Amino acid sequence: MPVEPLLEMHGICKQFGPTIALQDVDLRVQAGQVLALIGENGAGKSTLMKVLSGAHRADSGSMTLCGQAFQPHGPHDSRASGVAMIYQELNLAPDLSVEDNILLGQPGSHGRLLFRRHQRERVRTVLSMIGLEQLSPKAIVGQQSVATQQLIEIARALACDAKLILFDEPTSSLPQADVQRLFQIIERLKSQGMGIVYISHFLEEVREVADRYAVLRDGRNVGTGSISDITDEQIISLMVGRDVDDLFPVVPHQPGDTVLRIENLSGDRLPKSVNCQLRKGEIFGVAGLVGAGRTELLRCVFGLDPITSGQVFLEQQPIPHRARSRIRAGFGMLSEDRKREGLAQDLSILENITLSNLRPYTRFGFLQLQQRKEKAAQLMRMVEVKAQHVGQSVAELSGGNQQKVAIARILHQESDILLMDEPTKGIDVGTKAEIYRLMGKLAAEGRTVIFVSSYLPELLAVCDRIGVMARGALREVRNAEDWTDDSILECAIGST
Amino acid sequence: MKKLTSLFQLLVRSQLGPLAALMVIVILFALADMSWGSGNFLTWRNLRVISSTASLIAVPAMGMTLIIIAGGIDLSAGTALTLSGTVLATLLKNSSVSVDEAGFANNMLIALAATLLTGCLCGFINGGLISLTHVVPFIVTLGTMTIFLGIGQIIAKESTVYAPPEHQPDWLQNLCYTGSRVEKYEMIAYVPSSAIVAVVLALLVACLLRYTVFGRNIFAMGSSPSTARLCGINVAWTTLVVYALAGFFVAVGGLLYFADVKNGNPSDGTGKELEIIAAVVLGGGSLSGGRGSVLGTLVGALIIVVIRNGCGLLQIPNTYTHIIIGGIIIIAVIVDQLRHGSPEWLFRMLPRNRTSVET
Repeated sequence: MPVEPLLEMHGICKQFGPTIALQDVDLRVQAGQVLALIGENGAGKSTLMKVLSGAHRADSGSMTLCGQAFQPHGPHDSRASGVAMIYQELNLAPDLSVEDNILLGQPGSHGRLLFRRHQRERVRTVLSMIGLEQLSPKAIVGQQSVATQQLIEIARALACDAKLILFDEPTSSLPQADVQRLFQIIERLKSQGMGIVYISHFLEEVREVADRYAVLRDGRNVGTGSISDITDEQIISLMVGRDVDDLFPVVPHQPGDTVLRIENLSGDRLPKSVNCQLRKGEIFGVAGLVGAGRTELLRCVFGLDPITSGQVFLEQQPIPHRARSRIRAGFGMLSEDRKREGLAQDLSILENITLSNLRPYTRFGFLQLQQRKEKAAQLMRMVEVKAQHVGQSVAELSGGNQQKVAIARILHQESDILLMDEPTKGIDVGTKAEIYRLMGKLAAEGRTVIFVSSYLPELLAVCDRIGVMARGALREVRNAEDWTDDSILECAIGST
Repeated sequence: MKKLTSLFQLLVRSQLGPLAALMVIVILFALADMSWGSGNFLTWRNLRVISSTASLIAVPAMGMTLIIIAGGIDLSAGTALTLSGTVLATLLKNSSVSVDEAGFANNMLIALAATLLTGCLCGFINGGLISLTHVVPFIVTLGTMTIFLGIGQIIAKESTVYAPPEHQPDWLQNLCYTGSRVEKYEMIAYVPSSAIVAVVLALLVACLLRYTVFGRNIFAMGSSPSTARLCGINVAWTTLVVYALAGFFVAVGGLLYFADVKNGNPSDGTGKELEIIAAVVLGGGSLSGGRGSVLGTLVGALIIVVIRNGCGLLQIPNTYTHIIIGGIIIIAVIVDQLRHGSPEWLFRMLPRNRTSVET
């Protein structure tokens, strides 16, 4: 007897102006099952999820939830029907308590008044469901770790009696240990008969957590089935539409002489007296847990955050500790927080690319707009940003294309020292490969790349040397071939 | 129908939105005036009055445009404006010699310099406090708003400062002249000098914003301060310069204000800042920073003045004029949101209006 699916989406179409975002998409989720929704950026995953959560309305197609026709009129409606969404960016009120956050947006069961004691019971129950019994409901959310905040968000979904939970890239900001905890909780939710849709770029995660997969490409279904029946290579070729023979393309490059010396660099809190020497034409990886001080190290090297001691030498010359001086000296930084820091979202691609280096176009204090535009267009082509024109606002681009714009900026600065903080975060497989190739090319041109990442396979494949940070200190540096996943993790967690 | 939608799109999405709105308002008032009013709305004289009155708002609003694009706000603009005007009035009043006597040019120059300096200093104080303390601009300028009012009242000895006409040079007396005597137009016949000042300053600011690194930095800073920092922009310094520069425009506004009313009264300034901010917002400036335009602000100032002027000619009571202007401001902001695609509810009603925003 076929089990009735928890959710069934049938023939969903959605168009934005001339762009077809979804075409005839079907999706089925059974109770007690984890469905992995896979696809490149812009394949339509987010749109599909927005249709499901009521943020968008489909142009045509039907949905049934638990056998009932389901047509949410908005996110609230969808949530009330038992569909909860956990976004990549957390949607919590950081100044409120755990309890208030969990109860936020809940229909009051006793009219409009809050019955604290009764509700506290409920909060305790949901917290214990996700293994957070020890967390006080009165704790302030903003003071919890990112991982805990994410669990609080799941708790909120549970408090609404969610039947179906959608996870959108839930692990992108989590350290490895917390990822495991999240998976255990997903497992637990599954065993309680909940349906789960899991969106991720990480195939190894998908393999670990999901039962079935559905691949979207250009807004269409291109494959679905049981995860155990398909290989990673097959999934990738479904996503990309062609065979990606090389996930980690390596451009041959030869590290040369020492060019950058970091001496005893300490920040306000992190990093702690880091010493390091970097060579020309080298890709230097920085591994470590979230909070180990990797981002802080880059920010201090770039002169963005105040330091308490230390100095950075480029070709034996000390460089003043200011972002402006560092940029002039040839440093370029790619921020981990693409949305808020990396790019000025309201501004055009053109502005974003040229912002940090307008001097070449200045004559008598006036900008030569045409020259600037041509140069930006040239860079945009070089890094293959997919956009209509250079005047387009970056907010309209997909994550991968935004990242390319950010990279184009540091190329435009003509930086020789490139500090890249999680450059492949939230980016699809095809674009990732392009970024690795670009890094290799830059190194082959004799530039130095410092590459911070939480994704060990890419570090191991792309870097010449890898340094592991723990508690603000650069603990150990070895050639990439002398590291393994395990030894990096051990070094990052180890208590020495 | 399709054509209509695309025309609508063009109007709504292009920078010409405010201009189109202004035109509609002018046409409406012209029609209303012909049917029920005195028929004076579309006369040259009235257009001169409108352009001169709009300059009084537009000039300080140039500075506000810079500040708002940079992601700030200046609530002290109104009182700083009348403070500058009061300084001018006081210095002219106390001038030891009158216009025709020797040494007046010197006194006038000093008075003018002091006026401009007062405005710049007010802006410098605002910018300095914001850069140094990182208190939000709203609060800082809320504080300086009353401080400047108080200082003005001390200078004016808590009353209105009247500068005798014999202590005012002709050009100052005629700065805001809109009457019919051609010899009173110092620059171009029958074009109020105040309007010329406004247009010249607007051109300068437009060039500053478009063609200089400083201008691009202001946009970057307003759009995202952390990105600006990442790109090596000295945010603290830029903030300081933006506010000080805005102070200059406020001071010129003070000069026009004095030329208009021929006296200096510090408490006239309360409420002016809102008019100035409204002009920027009507012109498409975004209070969250990163957006705004000089042309828009000019048009915004005109919209406010045209409505007030038109209502006056139609003998609509002041009280209703306030309500109409308020309504227009809110509508303008909704249209502006539309232009940048935020209210989902409107887009649901308007098909084919948006390209994909995928993440």
